[in-house]
Amino acid sequence: MAEFVMPALGADMSAGTLVEWRKRPGDPIARGEIIADVHTDKADIEVEVFTSGIVDRLLVEPGQKVPVGTPLAIIREDGGAPAPAPEKRGPREEAARILASPSAKSLADELGVDLAAIHGSGPKGRIQRRDVEAAARGAAPPAPSPAPPPAAAEPGDAQAAMRQAIAAAMARSKREIPHFYLSESIDLSAAMAWLGHENLTRSVQDRLLPGVLMLKAVALALREVPELNATWQGGSLVRSDSIHVGVATFLRGGGLVAPALHDADRQSLDELMGAFRDLVSRARAGRLRSSEMSDPTSTVTSLGERGSESVLPIIFPPQVAIVGFGRVVERPWVSDGQVLVCPVVTATLAADHRVTDGHRAAALLTAVNRLLQEPEGL
Amino acid sequence: MTTDEIRSTVLRMLGEIAPEADLAAIDPEVDFRDQLDLDSMDLLNFVIAVDEELGVGIPETDYPRIGSLDAFVGYLAERLGVAA
Repeated sequence: MAEFVMPALGADMSAGTLVEWRKRPGDPIARGEIIADVHTDKADIEVEVFTSGIVDRLLVEPGQKVPVGTPLAIIREDGGAPAPAPEKRGPREEAARILASPSAKSLADELGVDLAAIHGSGPKGRIQRRDVEAAARGAAPPAPSPAPPPAAAEPGDAQAAMRQAIAAAMARSKREIPHFYLSESIDLSAAMAWLGHENLTRSVQDRLLPGVLMLKAVALALREVPELNATWQGGSLVRSDSIHVGVATFLRGGGLVAPALHDADRQSLDELMGAFRDLVSRARAGRLRSSEMSDPTSTVTSLGERGSESVLPIIFPPQVAIVGFGRVVERPWVSDGQVLVCPVVTATLAADHRVTDGHRAAALLTAVNRLLQEPEGL
Repeated sequence: MTTDEIRSTVLRMLGEIAPEADLAAIDPEVDFRDQLDLDSMDLLNFVIAVDEELGVGIPETDYPRIGSLDAFVGYLAERLGVAA
């Protein structure tokens, strides 16, 4: 038997609310499959299991808020005794098992849309936010005013909770982690020229963004400075064999999350771009997975084309490094004795002085710079 | 398709990308990316939506021409051969 517990989906999470079970006792479940939706102060998360077997018992009811580490379910691992046949479910239970994303449910409540009347377009008929929107658009006379949503569902409260979660994590980071910062101005002439030419040959759907080159460059550079691809746990450095780059993503309702792009160093630029688009889209739709929240081994934040020229980021504990990219700007640049006008980005590394020093940290930025000079090799 | 239909289509697409936005409050002469706080990923998703729905592929070199809503509608009208 294995206990499935409320996972820690980031250093700032102390508790989570079980929103919905996706499985019932007797259901088989495979490693990596989603077992439940959990609401945290920062996002609604689809929680995966890391054990294959049969769901034996559910220990927590939807709506309950429990601390991280609380057992939520018991899973009988593969090879265990056969499960008893699941009880026949009554109509009420079936109604309660309507598959819908937390965002869709919230919107349905808000708009007074009956989820049972919607055919979901998601996997296994799961109702998505867009399905609710479509149902609302097509609904003939609006239903009587729905009951007001509970106070906890008010957007203002959710934003306040997210700000508190971010405040707690960042205050902890600044309190506990002795940050130091290094910056490097990087000439992006080669990268932008290559990208511009590359995108000319691609369909709109297959275009690459400059940000994906930066993500890949950081991921590859972390191979060369592995002590920065790590976490600080129990007073010591724990290096990661895999490079899962967290991507700081602002959310439209306010706040940000930094979910992981798994194995970012091993993905081609096309694969990484697809994963990047998918990740940002799901982050903003409230459909991140638990592993994406818990797995980052280092983080990249980019202010994009509309931000400031540089950013001095704060490390997400328990990670030990974060790289921030400012806006790409045209600057005078001296090359081979000539002054040229070049697209330049300022990359800033914040690193944990408990685990590394300036010399090694500089090696990371140097590698990022070198890799971006040869974009075709990324 | 008329320019009014292009405008309403563009606004609907923008609403799907920035669902929290008050589209009625957009100043049509000011960069909509600033007004809606769109990042490069949002813009790419928007351009993809335009390509898939209207069949207009927008090269990156044309991005400076599509900053404001008015400019964008005019650009699409030109590409679609719609009289202004």
